[in-house]
Amino acid sequence: MELFKHTASQLHEKLVAKEISAVELTKAVLGRIDAVDKDVQAYITRTSETALAQAQAVDSKIQRGEKVSVLAGIPGALKDNICTKGIKTTCASKILATFVPPYDATVAEKLAAEDAVILGKANMDEFAMGGSTENSGFFPTHNPWNLETVPGGSSGGSAAAVAAGEAIWALGSDTGGSIRQPAAYCGVVGLKPTYGRVSRYGLVAYASSLDQIGPITRDVTDSAHVMNIISGYDAKDSTSINTGVPDYTKSLVNNIKGLKIGLPKEYFVAGMDAEVERAINKAIEQLVALGAEYKEISMPHTEYALSAYYMIAPAEASSNLARYDGVSFGHRVEGNDIIEMYKKTRSEAFGAEVKRRIMLGTYALSSGYYDAYYLKALKVRTLVKQDFDKAFEQVDVLITPTAPTTAFKLGEKTNDPLAMYLQDVCTIPVNLSGVPAISIPCGFAAGMPIGMQIIGKPLGEETIIRAAYTFEQNNDYHKGFATLGEV
Amino acid sequence: MDYEIVIGLEIHTELKTNSKIFCGCSTKFGSEQNTNVCPVCLGLPGVLPVINEKVVEFAIKAGVALNCEILPFSKFDRKNYYYPDLPKNFQTSQYDLPIAVNGHLDIEVNGETKRINITRIHMEEDAGKLVHSGATISSSDSALVDYNRTGVPLLEIVSEPDIRSAEEARAYLEKVKAILEYLDVSDCKMEEGSLRCDANISLRPHGQAALGTKAEIKNLNSFRSVQRGIEYEVIRQEEILDDGGRVIQETRTWDENKGITASMRSKEQAHDYRYLPEPDLVPIVVDPARVAEIRANLPELPDARRQRLMNDYGLSEYDAGIITSSKAVADYFDQSVQNNGDAKVVANWLMGEVSKHLNSEGITILDCPVSPKQLTELLALIEKGTISNKIAKTVFEEMWTSRKDAEVIVKEKGLVQISDSSEIVAIVESVIAANPQSVADFKAGKDKAIGFLVGQIMKQTKGRANPDMVNTLLRERL
Ligand SMILES: [Zn+2]
Repeated sequence: MELFKHTASQLHEKLVAKEISAVELTKAVLGRIDAVDKDVQAYITRTSETALAQAQAVDSKIQRGEKVSVLAGIPGALKDNICTKGIKTTCASKILATFVPPYDATVAEKLAAEDAVILGKANMDEFAMGGSTENSGFFPTHNPWNLETVPGGSSGGSAAAVAAGEAIWALGSDTGGSIRQPAAYCGVVGLKPTYGRVSRYGLVAYASSLDQIGPITRDVTDSAHVMNIISGYDAKDSTSINTGVPDYTKSLVNNIKGLKIGLPKEYFVAGMDAEVERAINKAIEQLVALGAEYKEISMPHTEYALSAYYMIAPAEASSNLARYDGVSFGHRVEGNDIIEMYKKTRSEAFGAEVKRRIMLGTYALSSGYYDAYYLKALKVRTLVKQDFDKAFEQVDVLITPTAPTTAFKLGEKTNDPLAMYLQDVCTIPVNLSGVPAISIPCGFAAGMPIGMQIIGKPLGEETIIRAAYTFEQNNDYHKGFATLGEV
Repeated sequence: MDYEIVIGLEIHTELKTNSKIFCGCSTKFGSEQNTNVCPVCLGLPGVLPVINEKVVEFAIKAGVALNCEILPFSKFDRKNYYYPDLPKNFQTSQYDLPIAVNGHLDIEVNGETKRINITRIHMEEDAGKLVHSGATISSSDSALVDYNRTGVPLLEIVSEPDIRSAEEARAYLEKVKAILEYLDVSDCKMEEGSLRCDANISLRPHGQAALGTKAEIKNLNSFRSVQRGIEYEVIRQEEILDDGGRVIQETRTWDENKGITASMRSKEQAHDYRYLPEPDLVPIVVDPARVAEIRANLPELPDARRQRLMNDYGLSEYDAGIITSSKAVADYFDQSVQNNGDAKVVANWLMGEVSKHLNSEGITILDCPVSPKQLTELLALIEKGTISNKIAKTVFEEMWTSRKDAEVIVKEKGLVQISDSSEIVAIVESVIAANPQSVADFKAGKDKAIGFLVGQIMKQTKGRANPDMVNTLLRERL
């Protein structure tokens, strides 16, 4: 089997056993990128030279007999909204097309400290706004399972890269489902940690109270390894949680006897693909057979979550994105005065979806509308949170589809924002309440991967990792590899 | 018609922390442009703010000293507006849950005590500074931004509309300034912009409960401009109302050179700040025990110090009030008295010669070239009779410019007072002999003539003759 088809933990074994070198591995993945990225278009920026230098350094360490961490020498990708010192960080927006941060995001620093190899910056929906990566200001990414379909979004580049063998692992960011939904569409594992578990310092903000960085990997084991590295309190992020980080690999246990799982009936919405529903039901039966206790529960405020999200996230975005004004960094279009400069710069360099959300958010915060929209949305958020609190009094984890359908065709929903927004209906409540959730492959419909979402209690990453690992160990869905039309 | 004047003041003061409110950059004033900056205060993509705990401490101190209630739970909010000196295009401030509320301050105006209620005190970040290419904004074709001041911590202290005259406004502002100085939380240098003030002004007929329409006056950057700006605005509104017109609710700016207020923006053009709870900061939770500790360790404040000066040194309320209105002056006083200066004499010199020289050079007592020790040495020379009070003023003048000690100057210039009676008698007699007409005038009952003779004696001794002895000896011989 080609090197790029392995998982990080498998490759780590080969590296420390000196069966392969990190340079060899990195070259294999770079070769894969050369071969397929013209079709997939997962990367905005490639950093092949520094990647090889990083790999070389790891090889030297191994040669010297030094102990290296699991991700050392293993090539991965960062979503292009994670700041990297000296490397362009564009958020897939023309307004930041030439922006080179003078500093590293905390997660980038942590990965560097573990000697992870960074291959480049992955494509995304502009400023993480979207669910298909078609909103990239540069080009859309294609789903490696069927190049005619989208990889999901907004971390579509990260998920597609991992699925296509263009990266062994990747980081994404998740504001309303942006790690989990593309992971589901691309048949890989995506974990959105508890809000505050991973530092947001250096993550270019879309909606600060919802954004969270997390891993996209080939299997649950790698997810746990990446979580071990990126999690933890950061003095630079006041919203990060100041409690110790467990060793998540200790939760890689093939045993869910007595685990109480809940199925919230409100998540099985109209418009849900019958194949998806069937796959989830089958997975539940299997989990029960493996010893879990199953219970249908009700989360009555679920139907309002989507609307609340589309008030809160754009409101925060309208403020977060105000700094892109052409004054001291980023794209500038000159004007006769400062107001004209602002208008021209922002009109020219922001894409349609970003403009739509800025307008939505500005409107929601405007005097006279604040109470009816923004404040009301905050109240709904509290109710959604209470739904989760009550649910977790009865069960340990909740299981839902990650998305109502499998990946759709490119262009299919670009003119229908509401249809696009509905793809996040199962993932958004999780961000509103701040709890962790993981999406794992649980079947195929017409050859396209289906994702199952396992939602945990606040800081309940260990439980969802154990449930996901158990399901994975009893199935083969994660072992299939996207064909990219190859025979 | 005679109107009641209604004024509320918003005072912005820069806190003297070493670092900025949300990052580790220095707050030093006068550094080279754009050197006290980092990704956080430049608002680069991806950065997050972290609250400087010192700012919270200073805010609580100010709140307690201004008799406020410290809220156990307060938060930051974003005030959204576009301006090129604001890198994020929002200012992180506090909106509906400020750190301190419901305070008050008692001021004295024309011998009467008056209470001004304080609505709230909140923390916020300062903006940067625009440097225009031309002499004025309109003649400039470009501007540069200096972000050194971006993120310097500010407190905004908002009063209720309890102020009824320009004098009261000034007295209130002076007292708030004094308290902040005593707390050592702000330098309060209006000339450097570390203390700024906006005034909300409206008029209403006496006896009317409802407030009139207000105008907000910005850019009041000195005590003088606060008083003049308010006085001007009151007359402007009076004239409008007397002509049967209506005051427009608007923001006006004070033009110090022209001495007028001019419209900046109307209510319709007012910003909609679209306040939003700051999602990147957690709420500020203040333990009541922390407030109690800060309250217990509060330094002596102006009122207490004034009382102490009256009780311990017998200073008048007026004198004690003037000396304690500035912490630096009061410190100078205390240090002088500790150097064995006579309290009342020190007070007179502080309010007289020292203050006169400071004012003419436009400096504060912190930059006074004569130290408290040097002043008390000078006063000791008067006390001992080495020099007269009049000569002392000449010596002080010399001390001011040369920075030498009084004793050195007296020796160098031979200014020791002549108290040897035989020496004085000789001069008295020679002056009498040389001015027969004045002697005759005096004897004819023209008392004034003696002044001329004294003057002549002083002239001959270069003012060094002991004035009491001159008077006695002259009269004896006439
Ligand atoms: Zn800074």
